[in-house]
Amino acid sequence: MFVPEMMVPALKELANAFEKYKDEEEFKKELNYLLKEFAGRPTPLYFTKNISNELGFRIYLKREDLLHSGAHKINNTLGQGLLAKRMNKKEIIAETGAGQHGVATAITGALLGMPVKVFMGEKDVERQKLNVYRMKLFGAEVVPVTSGSKTLKDAVNEALRYYLTNVETCYYLIGSVVGPHPYPKIVQHFQEIIGKETREQILKKEGKSPTAVVACVGGGSNSIGIFSAFIEDEVKLIGVEAGGNEEKHGKTLGEGSVGIFQGSKSYVLQTKDGQILEAHSISAGLDYPGVGPVHSYLKDSKRAAYGSITDSEALEALAYLSRKEGILPALESAHAVAYVMKNKEKFKKSDIVIICLSGRGDKDVAQLMGGGFLE
Amino acid sequence: MPFVVLGDPNYATSIRIIKKLIDNGASALELGFAFSDPIADGPVIQKANNRALANGITTKKDFEILEEIRRESKVPISIMLSYNLAYKYGLDAFYKKCSALKITAILFPDVPLEESKEAVKHAKKYSIHQVFLVSPTTTPKRMQQLNKVAEGYVYLVSLLGTTGARESINTKLPELIKLVKKEMTLPVYVGFGISTPAQAKNVIALGADGAISGSAFCKIIEENILSKENMVTKIANFCKEMSEAVKGA
Repeated sequence: MFVPEMMVPALKELANAFEKYKDEEEFKKELNYLLKEFAGRPTPLYFTKNISNELGFRIYLKREDLLHSGAHKINNTLGQGLLAKRMNKKEIIAETGAGQHGVATAITGALLGMPVKVFMGEKDVERQKLNVYRMKLFGAEVVPVTSGSKTLKDAVNEALRYYLTNVETCYYLIGSVVGPHPYPKIVQHFQEIIGKETREQILKKEGKSPTAVVACVGGGSNSIGIFSAFIEDEVKLIGVEAGGNEEKHGKTLGEGSVGIFQGSKSYVLQTKDGQILEAHSISAGLDYPGVGPVHSYLKDSKRAAYGSITDSEALEALAYLSRKEGILPALESAHAVAYVMKNKEKFKKSDIVIICLSGRGDKDVAQLMGGGFLE
Repeated sequence: MPFVVLGDPNYATSIRIIKKLIDNGASALELGFAFSDPIADGPVIQKANNRALANGITTKKDFEILEEIRRESKVPISIMLSYNLAYKYGLDAFYKKCSALKITAILFPDVPLEESKEAVKHAKKYSIHQVFLVSPTTTPKRMQQLNKVAEGYVYLVSLLGTTGARESINTKLPELIKLVKKEMTLPVYVGFGISTPAQAKNVIALGADGAISGSAFCKIIEENILSKENMVTKIANFCKEMSEAVKGA
């Protein structure tokens, strides 16, 4: 944990609480109940007949988009929310990029009766207005962050600073497998349910492992969530980063280098001096110059491969999936769809490809309308 | 001990400012390397970092400023920077360079005891003091552990929070200073939230060996950005006031 001394005791307290409760029967029972009855798990593993026909191999979507709140983020917020409650914390804070984690945290706060403060870059507040409003509806306070690039990385900085100040009473509910230890481990733990379900479902439906599992990577929580169940299997794991536009991108694993950023050592987009660069993506959730250390490990050990998809390719995939399957993916998840479309030549007819559809695109509609997407 | 960010507001003025600090009673200096994402800093020092970066500061130029200062002064210099900057420079090369520049101490605010092995190893190799933060959340047991690896002085964070001026000092500070003095053998320098001569004086009266003030100096730079002459004069005057307050305590 690369954090100031003030935070160390709190992070140790968190690590201890996590180890104590994660396997405790009562805790698991409560979490599983909420995941099922409140969030809507298990989510379907849906066989896409139309695009499978067109692209020429068998494509399944893990429908995290169907979860309450609209994305996989709620798996983690429910888990950590229960942890915060057991630790007797008085307040929950969170950072958010696309707003999905903020919304999931706001929902969790409302459910558990805890006040929530969400830090969000001013630029993201602007492009994700709908989610800002949703967070407020659930009773959360949204704090616009004006420092730095005014996006996710700055929201994390501000949340860390607030945490530093209120470390004794406040629970920092991080939304991805990033930040200081033990957060990457905790978030991965609560997201592993995606992979566990997917593995069971595909074995039941197809009687064998998939050829490949594809997921988008910002911080990397939905991807590690689905990858984790297949790491020991002979399955290609493919993470898709934000290729952005000609000038800027979010290809942390693709083009970054190892550094120490926001509490952990991992790949990061930075100058040769070690100054952190601003990322860019059309999808706020992938607009982040860091990535979870577990993905750095999977990349370096070559267990997973990482590619990238540009803004325009993601938009194309969003339209394609909407028209062909009647499913509107979040711009983040559309990156994973686009990767499969773009690399269709690499798969043969009998191949099974699973895409983690981490979220739904309703939140992106205002942005698409503003950009005149259909015209 | 005053703190400013190297290269703030720009290369040339930064050198003038640091020289003024030395000429106006600063018995030691704490100098920061600008970083894009300093998590322990409040808005004033964040802006100082941004000004320096916007005006082209780099790690190489940070060292050039230090070289320039060393040509004229032997004042003890502590440097404070986010670990990533030293990591990217190469830890061995970084400490070697600091040693050549007679840097007294290095503090990485984002390297707690648990991650300090490499830093401490290099500090020992190059005879530089590795300084650690101690905070209101640090337990006595942890203070004893820190005492075994920390050298030079203890940077005692006076309150829970980021750097920046506060109306008054933490009411629990007297107890905290007493505790650190009991558990640790190094001199205790108190920082975070020390922005007036009265606060600095108070901290010394409470038994601290020194007071560190950063945001107050950076604020003068911020407020006088249009007139470098005013900036330098005000920095000099404020440094003198602070130094005298501490000496008179």
